[in-house]
Amino acid sequence: MYAQMVKSTGTLMSREDMSPQEAAFQDRVDAGDKIEPQDWMPEGYRKTLIRQIGQHAHSEIVGQLPEGNWITRAPTLERKQILIAKVQDEAGHGLYLYCAAETLGVSRDELTEDLLAGRMKYSSIFNYPTLTWADIGAVGWLVDGAAIMNQVPLQRTSYGPYARAMVRICKEESFHQRQGYSIMMKMVNGTPEQREMAQDALNRFWYPSLMMFGPSDKDSVHSAQSMAWKIKMNSNDELRQKFVDQTVPQAEYLGLTVPDPELRWNEEKGGYDFSEPDWDEFYQVLRGNGPCNAERIGARQKAWDDGAWVREGLMAHAEKHARRVAAE
Amino acid sequence: MSNEWPLWEIFIRGQNGLSHRHVGSLHAPDAEMAVKNARDVYSRRNEGVSIWVVKSADITASVPGEKGPMFEPSQSKIYRHPTFYEIPDDVGHM
Ligand SMILES: [Fe+2]
Ligand SMILES: [Fe+2]
Repeated sequence: MYAQMVKSTGTLMSREDMSPQEAAFQDRVDAGDKIEPQDWMPEGYRKTLIRQIGQHAHSEIVGQLPEGNWITRAPTLERKQILIAKVQDEAGHGLYLYCAAETLGVSRDELTEDLLAGRMKYSSIFNYPTLTWADIGAVGWLVDGAAIMNQVPLQRTSYGPYARAMVRICKEESFHQRQGYSIMMKMVNGTPEQREMAQDALNRFWYPSLMMFGPSDKDSVHSAQSMAWKIKMNSNDELRQKFVDQTVPQAEYLGLTVPDPELRWNEEKGGYDFSEPDWDEFYQVLRGNGPCNAERIGARQKAWDDGAWVREGLMAHAEKHARRVAAE
Repeated sequence: MSNEWPLWEIFIRGQNGLSHRHVGSLHAPDAEMAVKNARDVYSRRNEGVSIWVVKSADITASVPGEKGPMFEPSQSKIYRHPTFYEIPDDVGHM
């Protein structure tokens, strides 16, 4: 997802191994109680959350880059305004999430430095390029669509500040997906070339979107503890299946073909059978070898370096002003 | 990093007649910039008509460990609620 393969600290702890404090904590989580920043929490819970929320925040921010790429080239002024608003929302999402992570005792600068040094990750999906205008449609439709699938249940996560950030984010996401789908509708009803661009965008974004949910359940070693803590609400395969079931009819409506010859409706399970993405590619992208990894981190590094004088200058101004007021 | 912009808590009045409500936090060098940033971060969709910003460091909170002595005493004082008193139906609405 926006937070893929977040390492949970340790394997699932059994009741017998818990200290009285840990057991009381688990009871609260089981009862649906929200954990707030000042409450006692196991160190593993805190650390896992910092990694997960931090990775989610980084994804929102890095996710602005592939879409920002098309702001200057949007086909109409209206589409340009819409895209700017969408990308601005993603900046907001990043900020809500950084603030949630900060309540766990990590600073914004530390998180940014961890990202730039490669100690923290962002979602694999943003390492793919946006080559045509149809890609902006596909990103809104598929990538935001996949994100919604994961973020809706996270509104019920056990950590209060994370849950509240998710509520705000979910309110804004639906616009993102719909504006993407509306671009796709426009493209498929355009010239044969525009139709072809829409199909090409679906071809390239289909499997990377499926990868967003993370590896298959049998290969995701960190899930059990995170699920017990209610910081992961559904299994990867469960969400991926839901996403496919929701998206295939939408592709059919557009008259586009999902690039999977194995795709077919399975009456018995009440869902589609579909091919797994190429997991080797997924691990390669995570390791930094995707088509745009270097470009994305390069852009973040440049923004961080170029912005340094602004951060320092405004702080110096604020301090000077405060001193002057105090002296009066 | 010591020179990080301080954290501010943001409160927004949704519409006149309602209280300001805590909506989240953000970093800004000073109060004026905190208001400007709050407008962009927390009111992109008509969420408010007024914004308050307070430095997080200036907030004093009750201690979670003292939740018991702090809040439990009021639990036993059920006579503070109107339902404690039984008024016969004959009296009518009260
Ligand atoms: Fe987002
Ligand atoms: Fe979005």
